[in-house]
Formats: sequence, C-alpha cells, structure tokens
Amino acid sequence: MEMAKANTIRLMSEKMDELLQHWIELHLTNLSLRKDMIGNENLYRQSKDFIEAFVQAADGADLEDINRVEWTSVRKILAEISTNRSRQGYSPSETASYVFTLKEALFRLLQKEYGLQPDILIQETLTISKILDKLGLYTFETYSKAREEVIYRQQQEMLELSTPVIRLWDGILALPLIGTLDSGRTQVVMENLLRGILSTNSDVAILDISGVPTVDTLVAQHIIKTVSAARLMGAECIISGIRPEIAQTIVQLGVDLSMVKTRATLAGALKLALDMRKLTIVQIGKA
Amino acid sequence: MESTVKSDTLVVKNPQEIILARQKVREYARLLGFNLVDQTKLITATSELARNMVEYGGGGIVVIELIYVREHRGLRVTFEDQGPGIADLEMAMQDGFTTGNGLGHGLPGAKRLVNEFEIDSKIGVGTRVSLVRWV
Ligand SMILES: Nc1ncnc2c1ncn2[C@@H]1O[C@H](COP(=O)(O)OP(=O)(O)O)[C@@H](O)[C@H]1O
Ligand SMILES: [Mg+2]
Repeated sequence: MEMAKANTIRLMSEKMDELLQHWIELHLTNLSLRKDMIGNENLYRQSKDFIEAFVQAADGADLEDINRVEWTSVRKILAEISTNRSRQGYSPSETASYVFTLKEALFRLLQKEYGLQPDILIQETLTISKILDKLGLYTFETYSKAREEVIYRQQQEMLELSTPVIRLWDGILALPLIGTLDSGRTQVVMENLLRGILSTNSDVAILDISGVPTVDTLVAQHIIKTVSAARLMGAECIISGIRPEIAQTIVQLGVDLSMVKTRATLAGALKLALDMRKLTIVQIGKA
Repeated sequence: MESTVKSDTLVVKNPQEIILARQKVREYARLLGFNLVDQTKLITATSELARNMVEYGGGGIVVIELIYVREHRGLRVTFEDQGPGIADLEMAMQDGFTTGNGLGHGLPGAKRLVNEFEIDSKIGVGTRVSLVRWV
C-alpha cells in the first residue's frame, strides 16, 4: 500500500505535463458542446493546481478518508469547480467527468510505466481508483448542493413574483392570488400585504382567490390570520373570487368566515371597497 | 360484491406530496364523471386527511380506488399512517378540537363532505381513515 502510493504519486509529479495535457484533452472531449464556456487557460491552471494539491495531500495523508484536514485544498478546488459548473448549467455527468477523466489519464500513464509489471499495475490502479472515486462522488455532492441552492433561490423569487400587490385606487389594494396557498406562500402574501398597506397608506385590501385551486381548513385559517393582521394595521380586507363549489365546501367543512367580508367577484369587491371609502363611480354622458 | 376497477397508491409525507395526492384524486373524480361540486368535496376531504397524516402521523400512504358495488360506482380514498394514533376518537371527531394549531374541522368536516367515512386508530400503531363518495 505505502509502496503503491509512493509510486503513483511520484509518477504524477514527474509526468505532470504529460498527464495534464492528456487529462484536459479527455475532459474537453466530454464537454464537446461547451468547450467555449471555460477558457482553456483557466482549465489548465485549475487542473495543474488540482494535481499539485493532490500530490501534496496524498504524500502526507492516508488515501482512505478525504474528509481529513490534509485534503482540504483538494476539496476546496473541487468544490469551486462543481459549484461554478452547477450555476452555469453544466449537467451532473459533465461535472463529475472532471475527476473521472483524470482517472482515465492516470491509468494510461500507469499502463505505460508498469505495463510489464502486472502486480504493481493492479495495486497502483486499485489504490488510485478508490481515492479518485471518492473525490468524484464529492464533486457530485457539491454539485447537487449548489443546484439545490439555485432552485431554492428561484423558488423564493417565484414566490415574490407570484404575489403582486396592486394599487387599484387611492387607498385600495388588490392581491390576486394564483396557485396553491401553502404556509410559505401565505407568509409572503401576508408580508407583502402589510408592507403594501403601510407604504401606500391604504385602508382596504382585496384578496382575490379565484386562482386558488383548493380551499381547505388550512387555507381558510391562513386567510383568517391575514385578515386579522391587516385589521391590526387599520385596514379592512375583502375576499373575492370564492367560486360556488368552494363556498359550498367551506360551509360543509364547518369553517366560519363570517368575520370576513366576502364577494363572489373582483368587481363586486371593488364596488364594496369604493363604498367603504365613500367613493362612487358616475357615468358622465353617454357611453 | 365489490370490485376495484382501478387504483393508485401514493406515499405522502410532505406538503408537496399532499398536492400530488389532491391532483390524483381530481383525476379519478373526473374520470368517474363527478360534477364540479362533488370533485371539490373529494379533493378538499383528501387535503384534510392527507395533511393530518403529514402533520400528526409522520406521513403515510394514500390509496385511491375506483370501485363498483353492483350497479353503483364510487371513489374510495384510504389514508393510512403508522404514527402515534389518536387517543380519543370521539373527541377528535368534534368540531373545533385540535391538539395542534389547526381549526379542528378537518376530521368532522371531511366526514360531512363524503357519503361514507370510517376511522380506525390505535395508540402506538397508527391511524386509518377511509372515505367513499358514490357517483
Ligand atoms: N393521522 C393522525 N394521527 C394522529 N392524530 C391525528 C391524526 N389525524 C388527526 N389527529 C388528531 O385529531 C385532531 C383533530 O384533527 P382535525 O379535525 O383534522 O383538526 P386539526 O388538524 O385542525 O387539528 C388533531 O389535532 C390530532 O390531534
Ligand atoms: Mg386537520
């Protein structure tokens, strides 16, 4: 084991240039569609850093546990590569191929060096395989983690985008709600509404739920909470867009919405809102 | 004699999967030709019971079945979890009773939305709720 380790590591630094060139070639073939996306200069430098860090780590530590402190700089380089690629939209296999093509390049190097000594060749191959597989998996993990972060951020942005607060009239806000009203979404709706009430100095808000597919007791509870919070800030809410089938279902569920002003349509709600603000719309002349 | 013509089984252990269960029930309800009001009742009852499973039962499975009994066609949805169970069923079935922060209308409300409703629960074993609505 010790012997094998020393052999491969020595070979890696002695034949660094040959290894690097071969590795990058292999890797670029795997990325055929995206060659343009990474500067080759950059890739070359990064890969050189990687091999140097690898040699240094492997020299001082055991090859079993890549979580040890000796492997820190290797992990750091890989994390940087996979995080960047994840954000740039590379596929998982394109990203993982970075480490796996190094394995391929190393095998060829070993083959050339120890082709006539099968015992050593097998030993070397096994040892180096194990550690590179672990690093490959690590790349994959960091890639997924970065991907999850991207998705989470997009979700948050969607939440913001999908709950606009519209100023209908002086002192009258409207919030058209579209989609499932889960707890996270309700939180955003409530925050946007309260902020809107404050910033526009409104005292009536219309929450239109015609785009909400299901109104169960949880959604009803969310609505009641939102209405109560707005009330604490001196604004009255009107719920509009309660479809007939939803009205029937809510009543059978036993939910009491009597403390909430409701209207069937957004137009009806606007009329009520104008009434509440003592405003009226009059026709001037013939249409 | 009852026969099951078509069925689906879903694992439900988080809010996302509650939405999937609702969508599946909607698909079945449409297939059976339920009107919009009945579809909505079935979907809402499903939402309540699936959420209870997630909230109190640690998640479980939902079985959706299109059933025939003689000339009657219906949709049965069964919810089964291996959670802590319900200590006092009679209490849990009362309007306004909640051990969480809910409105306490889930169980009794779901019962009112369907034609048949069965609930069975054992402490330390789990809870099973089954509902049917006939076409
Ligand atoms: N699957 C379940 N496992 C354990 N306890 C449950 C389950 N479903 C309901 N319960 C209990 O029954 C109570 C009433 O449920 P429900 O009528 O849906 O009202 P809510 O969900 O608003 O509390 C719950 O608070 C909970 O204590
Ligand atoms: Mg409930």
